[in-house]
Amino acid sequence: MALLKHSLPDGKYYGMLAEFPAPRELVHACEHVRDAGYKRWDAHSPFPIHGMPRAMGLKSSILPWVVLVFGLGGATSAMLLQWWTSSVDYPLVISGKPFFSWQAFVPITFELGVLGGAVAAVVGMLALNQLPMLFHPLFGSKRFEQVTDDGFFISIESWDPKFDLEATRNMLERLGATHVELISADSRVGAS
Amino acid sequence: MKSSAAPTEDNISHDPVDGRAPLILGGHDFHSITEAVAAPLEAKPPLGWWIVLAASGSLLGLLGISTMWLIWEGIGIWGVNNPVGWGWAIVNFVFWIGIGHAGTLISAILFLFRQKWRTSINRSAEAMTIFAVMCALIFPGVHVGRAWVAYWMMPIPNQMGMWPNFRSPLLWDVFAVSVYGMVSFLFWYTGMIPDLGTIRDRSKTKIRRMVYGFLAQGWRGSARHWQHYESAYLILAALATPLVLSVHSIVSMDFAVSQLPGWHTTIFPPYFVAGAIFSGFAMVMTLMVITRVVFKLENIVTLRHFENMSKIMLVTGSMVGYAYGMEFFIAWYSGNPYEQFTFVNRAFGPYAWAYWTMITCNVLSPQLFWFKKFRTSVPLLFILSIFVNIGMWFERFVIVASSLHRDFLPSSWGYYKPTFWDVSLFAGSFGLFFFMFCLFLRFLPMVATAEVKTVMPEADPHHGEDRTAPERAMASLEEEPTY
Repeated sequence: MALLKHSLPDGKYYGMLAEFPAPRELVHACEHVRDAGYKRWDAHSPFPIHGMPRAMGLKSSILPWVVLVFGLGGATSAMLLQWWTSSVDYPLVISGKPFFSWQAFVPITFELGVLGGAVAAVVGMLALNQLPMLFHPLFGSKRFEQVTDDGFFISIESWDPKFDLEATRNMLERLGATHVELISADSRVGAS
Repeated sequence: MKSSAAPTEDNISHDPVDGRAPLILGGHDFHSITEAVAAPLEAKPPLGWWIVLAASGSLLGLLGISTMWLIWEGIGIWGVNNPVGWGWAIVNFVFWIGIGHAGTLISAILFLFRQKWRTSINRSAEAMTIFAVMCALIFPGVHVGRAWVAYWMMPIPNQMGMWPNFRSPLLWDVFAVSVYGMVSFLFWYTGMIPDLGTIRDRSKTKIRRMVYGFLAQGWRGSARHWQHYESAYLILAALATPLVLSVHSIVSMDFAVSQLPGWHTTIFPPYFVAGAIFSGFAMVMTLMVITRVVFKLENIVTLRHFENMSKIMLVTGSMVGYAYGMEFFIAWYSGNPYEQFTFVNRAFGPYAWAYWTMITCNVLSPQLFWFKKFRTSVPLLFILSIFVNIGMWFERFVIVASSLHRDFLPSSWGYYKPTFWDVSLFAGSFGLFFFMFCLFLRFLPMVATAEVKTVMPEADPHHGEDRTAPERAMASLEEEPTY
């Protein structure tokens, strides 16, 4: 079940979880955490917030390129399949048309191209996000259950070079966090 | 009709100066949206749910019996014979596939057009798509006669050394419909992952937590995840949009590529796509009128949604009406006597009753949607949506039966009538559809909760700021798209 395990370094704490009251405060706080130079941190919200990738300084997703490759791959294999079955392996004259009547092969080529792209979009998205990951230290926090309802959080991992129990907590509180808690690494149930 | 939770606010009139009417009514905040959507999954289902489940379950049983008898005895139990070799099976197939198209239109095309109102209805419309495709797939599966070799439709290496004929529209259809089913499912499931996380985090029992936790795949609302997620969702929408247009175009080619008068026409692909969307919106409306009242979602699925849907039905219904007229024009203009006979026979021959039912339901009845009074009257919308469902079924029946029953040789003319088993399979497919929809309403979040929250004013990170401030205006100009 390596897929479900979170590859984390050893340590007593996973990190620090700070709750913010609303999207506005969360975006504002993220800009500060980004500028403070933290690298191993994340924001959590019940829905995607406009402008968040920029506030966190994230690079744009490479997913579209993955989809392009697999979409073209699906289309190419569809055309090859139709060419090989209709004109090499089982050539059969139908209505006097050429064996390789590529015009008639366009619909299936298109459909399989779409299928390749769609599967790549979903599987690629999950892979880039390292999902499924059914166990995670953050799930140890009762308060974190609000993240799929109306909670807005920032989590900073303890393995971040700038992480400091005192300084990080102070910064988060100064940024308007309504609640800051330390997340234990022990709730890493997947590691057992 | 009005329940206690019925919205009193009006969101069907736009203010042209100061922005738009709210999409969500009833003073909801993020948490109350979650509560409203999760309630049907957590509370005891209302009596109406049990009644529909029992009724559709019985019809589902009928479907099982009919299918078994069909496979046992063969398609001789149907009314098909020469000259009408394609009967209700193909009619029902096209009918159900068409219904599905509105779900994809709402989830993909309206998403690309940034029609934010779609978020309240897209989940249930997508579910409808998947169940409609399931119903549709039954008919080509069983009408091949020897259902146990239906896998020959797929390019699977076999001991006969044979491959399917890729030059046939019927094979294109196999690929189009199965890809459509798979992509619709992926789209539906991907959209549901965050909401499954919501249900997981609210669950009280261990089994619920495990099941929904497994389905949510460990979603934790991470902004890094949202970025890839939004990218994936946009790409799926962009892929599903041409896909949905291709599917019904290819379905129409099952007919249009043949050389039969009444089928052999170039207008079929766009005409079928418009009809599909038309019928699908009617089905969405039928379902949502009931669902929103039973599960008290009137503030999320509002009158404005119905008004927008009826506008789309007016457009697509008129497109279909135009296509009906254009078929007659081309029949006359082509100078082909067989073509002309087919169409005169269609409107005034033995199947005239079906033809005029179709015209009344599909072309005349949606014209009421020109008037706002009718677009916002829920009982009338419900009745008209049923009319359109009926009319669109008859459209496919007219195309199939009236084109086939009088071919080139008058001595072989006939009149096609369905048997009990034709009817029972069709009724049974409704059982499957409503049974699945009932289960969906009870066990999965029927409104895209995370998406609905994004269309609320509070979700804007600039909420509460002075919108007229110059720096705010400049900032919004500099903002880059997030994906």
